[in-house]
Amino acid sequence: MSSNCDAIVLGAGIVGAACAMELAHAGMSVTVVEPGVIGGGATAAGMGHIVVMDDSPAQLAFTHYSQQLWHVLAPQLPPAAEYETPGTIWVAADEVEMQEVARKQSIYVTRGLPVRVLDSHALLHEEPHLRPGLAGGLLVSSDAVLYPPVAADYLLQQALSSGASLIRQAALQAGEGKACLANGDILSSPRIINALGAAAPSLAPGLPVHPRKGHLVITDRAPGFVRHQLVELGYVRSAGSGTADSVAFNVQPRKTGQVLIGSSRQYNAHDKSVDHQILQRMMQQTRRYMPGIDKLSVLRTWTGFRAATPDKLPLIGPHPADPTLFLATGHEGLGITTALATGKLIRHILTGSGSEIPVEPYLPARAFHPTTETAHA
Amino acid sequence: MRNRNEYTYDVLVIGGGPAGIAAACAAAPHARVAIVDENPALGGQIWRNSFPARQSHPSGPWHNRLQQTQATRLHGLRVFDAPAFNTLHAEAPDGLHILRYNKLILATGARERFLPFPGWTLRNVIGAGGLQAMVKSGLPVAGKRIVVAGSGPLLLAVAAFLKSHGAQVVAVCEQAPPRQLAHFATSIVAYPSKISQAVQYRTQLAAVPYRIGWWPVTAHGKSQVESVTLTNGARRLTLDCDFLACGFHLVPNTELPALLGCSLHNGFVAVDSLQQASVPNVFCAGEITGIGGLDKSLIEGSIAGYASTGQNSPARKLFAKRNKALGFAAAMERAFAPRPELRRLPAPQTTVCRCEDVAHELLQQHDSWRSAKLHTRCGMGPCQGRVCGAATEFLYGWPGESIRPPILPVRFDTLAEAEKPTAQH
Amino acid sequence: MPDAITITVNGAPVQVPSGVTVAVALTLLNEPCRTSVTGQPRGPLCAMGICYECRVTIDRISNRLACQTLCVPGMEVSTHA
Repeated sequence: MSSNCDAIVLGAGIVGAACAMELAHAGMSVTVVEPGVIGGGATAAGMGHIVVMDDSPAQLAFTHYSQQLWHVLAPQLPPAAEYETPGTIWVAADEVEMQEVARKQSIYVTRGLPVRVLDSHALLHEEPHLRPGLAGGLLVSSDAVLYPPVAADYLLQQALSSGASLIRQAALQAGEGKACLANGDILSSPRIINALGAAAPSLAPGLPVHPRKGHLVITDRAPGFVRHQLVELGYVRSAGSGTADSVAFNVQPRKTGQVLIGSSRQYNAHDKSVDHQILQRMMQQTRRYMPGIDKLSVLRTWTGFRAATPDKLPLIGPHPADPTLFLATGHEGLGITTALATGKLIRHILTGSGSEIPVEPYLPARAFHPTTETAHA
Repeated sequence: MRNRNEYTYDVLVIGGGPAGIAAACAAAPHARVAIVDENPALGGQIWRNSFPARQSHPSGPWHNRLQQTQATRLHGLRVFDAPAFNTLHAEAPDGLHILRYNKLILATGARERFLPFPGWTLRNVIGAGGLQAMVKSGLPVAGKRIVVAGSGPLLLAVAAFLKSHGAQVVAVCEQAPPRQLAHFATSIVAYPSKISQAVQYRTQLAAVPYRIGWWPVTAHGKSQVESVTLTNGARRLTLDCDFLACGFHLVPNTELPALLGCSLHNGFVAVDSLQQASVPNVFCAGEITGIGGLDKSLIEGSIAGYASTGQNSPARKLFAKRNKALGFAAAMERAFAPRPELRRLPAPQTTVCRCEDVAHELLQQHDSWRSAKLHTRCGMGPCQGRVCGAATEFLYGWPGESIRPPILPVRFDTLAEAEKPTAQH
Repeated sequence: MPDAITITVNGAPVQVPSGVTVAVALTLLNEPCRTSVTGQPRGPLCAMGICYECRVTIDRISNRLACQTLCVPGMEVSTHA
């Protein structure tokens, strides 16, 4: 069987669902291809922290823009999406990290973000279960939290109610205007959007996207134990490291009262089973910041794979070697935060609609080396 | 800092019911053996609070045999992880216990299958084996009106037990169709001990109606059960009661063998003739290889204990007895298979997942266990799907998922300290 | 009550038979073990460590299984998580 549509979206994670929604809203006929559970990949594995990050100006612009889109969408999300704005506290362990608080504050203020510097005393007031003696922190009160699989499903339902269709098949090949499915069907479209996260290279060989494994732990309900998303400022060092395995203190209050505990980053780990050594390192790091967590009951642990790029920015836009192939991947740990902005940029690129932020920093061409291009041209 | 305890044994037996006890008895003369159980005492479900027992009790000889060995007994330990080669981690109220072994014998037993129906979450609606366990743990039931319902040979055993403790057993209702059960009755002619046991139960329960082909449809009450409505498909009957003891036969506790990577077949651990699982050095015995009751558990436990210590000759001598027990297990599985009508028991608002209070109507919108888990929280609570998983498999045909550590809820510090902390700055 | 011991349940001292589990004690006292996430009172279901319906706080340690814990004199049981 063969059929045509304006756009094919490969993958119904939160990024694919957001792209499908935007394109369907733009009036395109859209086919979403997803063999598994909606939002069942990295979307389900992640924390659902909608956070403004400032590793680079492009990252700051992108995360801030997308967070604003989430704030606008929030009232329409179903209750099961558990959208809340507890804010983030970037926790500074010592005076050196307090300098980072000051630097971060000055940048966030210029963007009009609601921030407050906390000293040691104010930090403990906000978060009584943190270890006394930490230097302070930066409270960013606009940061939000949601439950990603339900949010992804909501976005997909928006697409479907605007005429998109969903095919529950795996795509085996994509390019040159065709997507070949596991059941033998061939879909034709001049626009194929690869939104497969860390699996994106399987249908776009040579893509500079690599899986970066993460572990998470969730506790039973302990309402009020944590009030904000708490992230150590050392996280920037951890997340920024390009090669070494790392852990960071990063805990989140869920609407259920559960505490979600991260985070770890591993390259060259392709096995999805729980790695006890890194799990332990991550939990030890958590205890250093929050000793009282010892008595909480752990219900589950799991792993997931972030789609990492060399320059920590996503790949959004045309594949340099195939004019029918578009990319919407490489979001690493910010896929939930930036899903809505990704949808907007894809819409802008495919339909010429206006864009509120410049698209150039995210275009994939930057990440393809000439040799790679010729090899796959 | 809480305790951290480390042990190494030649043979480690997980599960202190009959299969585990038999395994420890068989292995202990030839190896350093430990037997681990979650409960305050050994005995498992069937010998709960009767181990040790008076000599006339069937557990008596096994207790004496175990007493004569050097086997270590480790009580109150819940195994939650298998983090490294030949290593298990368990939690006790005092902290982490690290258990190392050369050979492992798993005898983790079975749990009741619970199927949701309106009112099944009311207090005093409790498993049939569950109520028996409560009585063995000290709950007086003299004069209490009790309806025993569900499926399986456990119902009659529990009803006779409750009556012997002075309960007023109002009725025993077995969901299996009379024809299916008659076939079973014929087939157990080959097992005289089973017949005499059944006759004994029936004699004890002389005045109690045993309704075959009846099942519960609704439990009524405000916060605890006050009455139950039952049906045989054609007629309905409502009985007042203080307790509804209800379980639909048994399902195996395969979480630990699954975590270790043991192959499962039809939901049970696959083993060879020496009870060895697909993973080297791991033996499995009792209900986790097939629901067969006491005889099968004792025989398989003995074989596993012998085989784990290289005593293959005494192990082989038990093969014929085991074949007979397996025949009985197969007949039982056919006889007490849940009837399709039970799939229609839950109303739209009936809770299926009791940990997260997820209703039937929400689950019906999903096509897999994973989809339901991610989108409704079904199975995401502390029981980790042990109760609702068997129900959703039956109701919706969803197979379970792969298993991850911890297989039980465990304190953060227990899990965090489970490995020796790596060198830290 | 022969061989009775005293424990406290939600702060109130109560007498229970010695040797019983916390799950039995709460059933005798007609006390739910926990309140479900939608507010329903719950008691033991499996009584053998599987279902977690009987989880309570014992001596300030939460999520203890009442069905696998024996009452001891002076034990503090709380059914409010």
